Amino acid sequence: MSAFQGTRMNPSKFHRSQLKFLAFLIPLAIFMALPIVYIFFHAFKPIDELFAYPPRFFVENPTLQNFVDLFTKTNDTGVPMSRFLFNSVVITLIVVVLTVIISTMAGYALSKKNFRMKKAIFEINTLALMFVPAAVMIPRYLLIDELGLINTFLVHILPLLAMPIGLFLVKQFIDQIPDELLEAARLDGASDFQIFVRIIIPLVKPAIATIAILSFQLVWNSVESSSLYVNDEGLKTFSFYMSTLTSTVEGNNVAGQGLAAAASLIMFVPNLIIFIILQSQVMNTMAHSGIK
Amino acid sequence: MKKKPNKRDYSPWMFLAPYIIFFTTFIIIPVAAAILLSFTYFNAIETPTFIGLSNYVGLITQDEVFMQKILPNTLTFALIVGPGGYILSFILAWALAQVPKRMRTVLALIIYSPSMTAGVAMAVVWTIIFSGDETGYLNSLLLTMGVLLEPIQWLQSPEYLMKIMIFVTLWGSMGVGFLAMLSGVLNINTEIYEAGYIDGINNRFQEIIYITIPSMKPQMLFGAVMAVVGTFQAGAIGVALSGANPTPQYAGQLMVNHLEDYGFIRYEMGYAAAISVVLLIVVYLFSKVAWRLFGEKD
Repeated sequence: MSAFQGTRMNPSKFHRSQLKFLAFLIPLAIFMALPIVYIFFHAFKPIDELFAYPPRFFVENPTLQNFVDLFTKTNDTGVPMSRFLFNSVVITLIVVVLTVIISTMAGYALSKKNFRMKKAIFEINTLALMFVPAAVMIPRYLLIDELGLINTFLVHILPLLAMPIGLFLVKQFIDQIPDELLEAARLDGASDFQIFVRIIIPLVKPAIATIAILSFQLVWNSVESSSLYVNDEGLKTFSFYMSTLTSTVEGNNVAGQGLAAAASLIMFVPNLIIFIILQSQVMNTMAHSGIK
Repeated sequence: MKKKPNKRDYSPWMFLAPYIIFFTTFIIIPVAAAILLSFTYFNAIETPTFIGLSNYVGLITQDEVFMQKILPNTLTFALIVGPGGYILSFILAWALAQVPKRMRTVLALIIYSPSMTAGVAMAVVWTIIFSGDETGYLNSLLLTMGVLLEPIQWLQSPEYLMKIMIFVTLWGSMGVGFLAMLSGVLNINTEIYEAGYIDGINNRFQEIIYITIPSMKPQMLFGAVMAVVGTFQAGAIGVALSGANPTPQYAGQLMVNHLEDYGFIRYEMGYAAAISVVLLIVVYLFSKVAWRLFGEKD
């Protein structure tokens, strides 16, 4: 009997036996990619191609006109497009950075410290994984109103900072760091804070990458805060503006189509870039995120 | 060597404080408030008045739309999209694990990418594809092929809306759960497989049932919980596609839409809160089932 052929999982090189998987993976991947490819082509179509009959999938005379229009357009109340984009970028950056820090700190305490209620807190957090934000929109609105956050910049940021899934992932990851390592550092005179910054953070980078991606997607795509909590046009986000372009009222008119096409590409591309940059880290994290 | 002071150690709370503050404020309190509000009549202007269980009784006995459309819609949608997306994630993750790394990375990225398209961007693409006149891609294609004689109002027709919602949601459902499963499959120790073959496993199907799935239980559980939550959050899709709340003849109306309808269009906040409590309970129950199936004994 030759060497064990076994399962051929995670093969290092191509073999004919893999063809049957590719035979269904590749067509499926192409099918799934079609709408994405379409987003790209659509954004570069000149007006006559956007409305061509029969409709075309590919772009024939690509143009940047849609992007130019999008950025030179100001909405009804005179707020320029770039303002929405600026809001979105700032909000996203702040939320991602703070979410990562807050979750990692909490994860460290829950994983490596002993105190009363530790189990209960983690338990409640696990329950909160199932929390559907839409289900408590109303009390959330009332609360945000009560806190005086309506029509402020902060309302885009604060409600998104606690991410149960982020804490969950990072806590599971920190669990894998041996206690001896922390003990050794403590004997060398490292303070809690130093341990956190010098040992925990570098060792859980993959988990941090995952939280970063998840929270990025959450904030960047979120329209909730702009549509519910903010009336001041100058404080709204790009994703919200984008959603007004696609709404039936404006999206069906001729000018709206091109703008919406360009805007949807701008919405999508940062997601893609962030994911590509961090993906190898993510794959690494997920394997360690076991629920015990 | 520094000795810890003998008083109580507050350091865990220093690390936990920011999280707990935001978690309590924006998650715990709203949930508690929703539960309280659900027992009141509240129109967002006057102070809430306590009316006991009336909202729940009304929801179950008088809200015909809820019982006849919303609940069946939500259950149909959840039961197809949840397990469907879940099984699809597993099959894809498993199949991807059988091809070499570079090819796998590219394919995985493509398959994951739909879940990155925001709801709004998704609506742009799909509303154009399913657009009701002859410039819609699907209509155009079918007309050219001679399958249809008249364009179909895909998104306004009660007959098709739900099917399209399910299709679009499944298309975008290969998210974090899928990634978790992929890394789960890849991280199973190959020695376990060898041992399995020695013990008499002799085909891939047995291999999946007896080795692959049990060895990646944590990821399967994580994927299942994400599937349940994702399914109930996907509620916006019907409204995004049809461009109206309520959706035409309530065909694509899910609990989340019903909630928004009462809360933000009719301003019956107490009633909407009761709907949200029911929704939380439903999600919780479904997650419990997932926990039972894949969690390691409590």
